[in-house]
Amino acid sequence: MLKIENLSWSLGTGESILKNVSLEIPDGKLTVITGPNGGGKTSLAKLIAGLETPESGSILLDGEDITGWDITTRARSGIGYAFQQPVRFKGLNVRDLLELSAQKPLEDREICEVLGKVGLCANEYIDRTIDASLSGGEAKRIEIATVLAKKDAKVLVFDEPEAGIDLWSFSNLIEAFERLKATENKSLLIISHQERILGISDYIAVIADGEVTKFGTKDEILGGLLGDEKAERCPLGKDAN
Amino acid sequence: MLDKTTEELLGIVSDWTGKFNGAYNIRSNGQCAGRQSSENILIENKEGAPGLVIRIKPGTKGETVYIPACVTQGGIDDLVYNDFYVGEGADVIIVAGCGVHTSDGHDVRHNGIHRFILDKGAKVLYKEKHIGTGAGSGAKRIDPVTEIEQGEDSYLEMDTIQIGGVDSTYRKTSGKLGKGAKLVIKERIMTDKDQRAQTDFAVELNGEDSGADIVSRSVAKGNSYQEYHSKISGNARCTGHSECDAILADNGKVNAAPELYAGDLDASLIHEAAIGKIAGEQIIKLRTLGLTEEEAERKIIDGFLRG
Repeated sequence: MLKIENLSWSLGTGESILKNVSLEIPDGKLTVITGPNGGGKTSLAKLIAGLETPESGSILLDGEDITGWDITTRARSGIGYAFQQPVRFKGLNVRDLLELSAQKPLEDREICEVLGKVGLCANEYIDRTIDASLSGGEAKRIEIATVLAKKDAKVLVFDEPEAGIDLWSFSNLIEAFERLKATENKSLLIISHQERILGISDYIAVIADGEVTKFGTKDEILGGLLGDEKAERCPLGKDAN
Repeated sequence: MLDKTTEELLGIVSDWTGKFNGAYNIRSNGQCAGRQSSENILIENKEGAPGLVIRIKPGTKGETVYIPACVTQGGIDDLVYNDFYVGEGADVIIVAGCGVHTSDGHDVRHNGIHRFILDKGAKVLYKEKHIGTGAGSGAKRIDPVTEIEQGEDSYLEMDTIQIGGVDSTYRKTSGKLGKGAKLVIKERIMTDKDQRAQTDFAVELNGEDSGADIVSRSVAKGNSYQEYHSKISGNARCTGHSECDAILADNGKVNAAPELYAGDLDASLIHEAAIGKIAGEQIIKLRTLGLTEEEAERKIIDGFLRG
């Protein structure tokens, strides 16, 4: 289990982004972190993956305090992280990254299987360089695939996986998340605003203004969230009937 | 009989596994250490100068000719002139690596001057790897000169890489392309410590619909310094593209000076250049896959030079 205790983090300018955040991410479940932009969701994901260091508080993985661990150690301990903005490389190709993630050479068949999960026709992509020749959507799907290929994963963190992905590929991705949830005992932590991703979640945490304002099962949280959204769309006195 | 160092260098620069299949000439410490012609590829001594004349018959397909050179004794300054005549419609691979080694404190140098004359429709993949090995204060130098003349609709692809260990190199490549001829150059250079590398390209696109694509990727580490000069002259309706990408590490320095000359209204010429250190986000991405910072840097550089 991934446990976050009283985590706080500020920007270099002193602006407080996360304030005493505590959260438990259950094993083998899909937890979605949602909330308004600028609320601290991506910062929390970066802190979990070790890209940022908290000012105070701790992160525990299966009871072990990993707060002081660097990115590499966390990755080797089973934490995967899909960037919101995919990183591009001149010279490294799709096979390179997937094999690094899997920590072994992969057969074409295995690469095809992973790429298929994110809606890419595999043979066209195996040897594609991950550079500017890829569209934003292609790069994003490959970014997600690098995390799906991860060896011995315990917690997989996806930062807005829906961003930049077309509808058809998004459906594939939803199926991939559902399959992952059903077949493997991995904790999935997804930062998202997307209703369909919220719809397949087991748990939902709402982070706003640097604090966890709601946490519970999907059934406990989702209805209220959608209600809030509708209320925003139809402000008082402007009911569209 | 080849010494162990030469065999090791041959393995690195020309995939030598104890023998070559087909035509070859091994040059070791300024002497011929083995030669074989094939039915379609004739290798002879050059008259009036050290070196070879390699004649590839018209229509030769699928053959590879190996022309590696090694210098493994300090104090040798090896100069060689190799002329390649590639007949009409031939389609071959030429492998011409070079390894220099010194550990006795004396300098070594190999200076290979290669001329390629491609007849109409000829197609050549030219592969060249350079490496320097050995300890001690002796400098390891490789200064290749390549002169290219391409006939109508011919195609030459040069895939060259300086793997490392060469203290100083000055690479000069010039080409004159006829109608419909295409020249593709992929150059990769790695320098470290106090090494120096200079590379000059001068390509004249003289024939209608000729084209050149020059891509140079370099990594300058330590206190090393690299200079890149390229000039593409478009003298007819043609396309020319040159790209210089460099990664800097430590205190490495790179000077890139591209030049384009359009002497025809229908010449279409492009240059791209990018110099900088490895992007931090690239390192971080690979670390999230489980690599250490050092492993990530190595992987990025290997990929960059491979690509």
